[in-house]
Amino acid sequence: MVSTDTAAWPAVLSVILVAVATLGVGAVGLRLSRTTSDFYVASRMIGPRWNASAICGEYLSAASFLGVAGLVLTFGVDILWYPVGYTAGYLVLLALVAAPLRRSGAYTLPDFAEIRLASRTVRRLASMLVVGIGWLYLLPQFQGAGLALRTVTGAPRWVGALVVGVVVMLNVVAGGMRSVTFVQAFQFWLKLTAIAVPVLILAVAWQSDGAPDPSRPQPPTVRETTTVRVPDTVRLRVDEAVPVTMRGTLDGVRVDGPVVLGAGRRVVEGGSEVTLPAGSVVPHVESVRAADGATWSQPLAGAGGRDHPTYRLYSLLLALFFGTMGLPHVLVRFYTNPDGRAARRTTLVVIGLLGAFYVFTPFYGAMGRIYALDLLLTGRTDAVVLLLPSRMLPEPWATGVSMLLVAGAFAAFLSTSSGLTVSVAGVLSQDLLRGRLRSTVRGFRLGAVLAVAVPIVLSFATLRTSLADTVGLAFAVAASTFCPLLVLGIWWRGLTKAGAVAGLVVGGSLASGAVLWTIVVGARFTDAATSVGSSPGLLGALLAQPAAWTVPTAFAVMVGVSLLTRRTVPKSVGRTMVRLHTPERLVLDRGPARRDP
Amino acid sequence: MAAATRPPNRPPTREIDEQTDIGEVYMRSLLRAQLRRGLTVLAVVAVFLAALPVLFTVEPRLATVRILTVPLPWLLLGVTVYPLLLAASWWLVRAAERTERDFAELVERD
Repeated sequence: MVSTDTAAWPAVLSVILVAVATLGVGAVGLRLSRTTSDFYVASRMIGPRWNASAICGEYLSAASFLGVAGLVLTFGVDILWYPVGYTAGYLVLLALVAAPLRRSGAYTLPDFAEIRLASRTVRRLASMLVVGIGWLYLLPQFQGAGLALRTVTGAPRWVGALVVGVVVMLNVVAGGMRSVTFVQAFQFWLKLTAIAVPVLILAVAWQSDGAPDPSRPQPPTVRETTTVRVPDTVRLRVDEAVPVTMRGTLDGVRVDGPVVLGAGRRVVEGGSEVTLPAGSVVPHVESVRAADGATWSQPLAGAGGRDHPTYRLYSLLLALFFGTMGLPHVLVRFYTNPDGRAARRTTLVVIGLLGAFYVFTPFYGAMGRIYALDLLLTGRTDAVVLLLPSRMLPEPWATGVSMLLVAGAFAAFLSTSSGLTVSVAGVLSQDLLRGRLRSTVRGFRLGAVLAVAVPIVLSFATLRTSLADTVGLAFAVAASTFCPLLVLGIWWRGLTKAGAVAGLVVGGSLASGAVLWTIVVGARFTDAATSVGSSPGLLGALLAQPAAWTVPTAFAVMVGVSLLTRRTVPKSVGRTMVRLHTPERLVLDRGPARRDP
Repeated sequence: MAAATRPPNRPPTREIDEQTDIGEVYMRSLLRAQLRRGLTVLAVVAVFLAALPVLFTVEPRLATVRILTVPLPWLLLGVTVYPLLLAASWWLVRAAERTERDFAELVERD
């Protein structure tokens, strides 16, 4: 008999260790960075390898550590495109943006907008977008933290979000994370270890279990008698009547004992416990079409019940390819490269490190297909990575491996949220707060509080979208706004202020409109945590994966309006192009030098 | 290049600094070389990636091929893609650095 319970204390210990290590290393780094007086001086001694580890540390978030495996469990092989896209985004960054962006001397995207177009308006617009994208990306980090802590300790969902929020606040307000490339690099290696080592141990357990095939052509069943706790009310679709033992409320009626879940739609209320006998077909949340193993492992077979899988796939890929360059926390790290050449080499190492991480994630989804299919009943498939050790391993292995995975997951929440919080807080205090708060330490701290508080509050609201899907929406907004700004700004002299404003406004409103619809309205069509934007039909698909139409529109508007206002091309553009594209060692006039922020 | 029209002893870096037509020619050639290479690599990678789903749709039997018990689509998307991305990036970095070296030699000659 298995259940979703595991002992709470090792997981809590894990979380505490990661938090203390993060704060501790941050504090040491802070002292070091003070003695060097300027952390940029220090950072220029950092080679591409450290820098790349730091970028990966910041980049690999809850979506990568937990979300991808959860989606693989539900939707199968098509989800492998997510990590491919997360990685290929850096190839686009490398080919079009990395070196020129570093050479521009821009520390943030608003900086770049101002350097290139000499316009405060574009700068403010870019600042607002950074805050919006940052919040959208922070939201799933806090959701993930809540989910993770609930999975391993049973604590209410807000506890995890609050723990991560507080640690991030302490870190950022103390200024620790800001200076320490080293902390982020450490987090990356922790995450890589935490995802890789358990794979080896779980693979041994799977082999000694007779290596059951996750893609066997049968409907999803539980192998052992399984007790599932249903934390929030779910609407289920039962394909085949299942006799279960239940304590709780079914279709509005109190049940305590054996009951048959008849075929059709059933509502199980939050707080119920359902025990599925061994071998029974898992009833699943309504929004997911449970695929048999064969469909699950077949590309574009529409496993999981999302219609228009081909459109969704290509649109998602577009968002991931072109969105990476617009993520605020990633771009900040490029500034710490000594020069454009190092920025390219750093990106190259990033691609290698991300590949090394992502080859491990699908394994968890596939194992979940065998050992944790009951997650389809609650829809909380994002928890699969954390549940597997207790399902597959004997004690004390289960506890040990589980501690490692919890540590990795919290490292993911902490590093990504810290990086995002620093970026959002910096932009808030520099560009959006007024009066005496602008660009002061108090302003930065207030910015940090705002940066963390808004997504935490949003994460308490019952926005039931999966981690990887919400992150995908942040990518879509970035791809529809900052991608055209960067690509055209770097490679096309004809970009004008009016063109940039028009493109950012149109691309930004289209993409965020689609995102809001998907999260707020679309989510009403479903009860599932696994299924963002399940509003049916082509329109639902277009809104859930907007990049395929918003990115080309943003490019077209930016180019079109620039051509119409061609007389207002900034006079400094020639000099700016010299600055962006020529190797630093050449002695050339690059316009007035920017000082370090 | 219009060598005859410019006075001798004007190094190309000065042409670029003064944003003369000749300086513009240097800059445009650098930008064009880098942009063209970047877009070419991206196009090749994009075509390769975009072709995978098509391949499995056109020839569904390929999806059932197994290598060491792992089905082919899982192997291609889960593992093989990453070394290919890394190889493309490595080539891109080397080629971009070579272009910059050539550019530097070109404009630094007297």
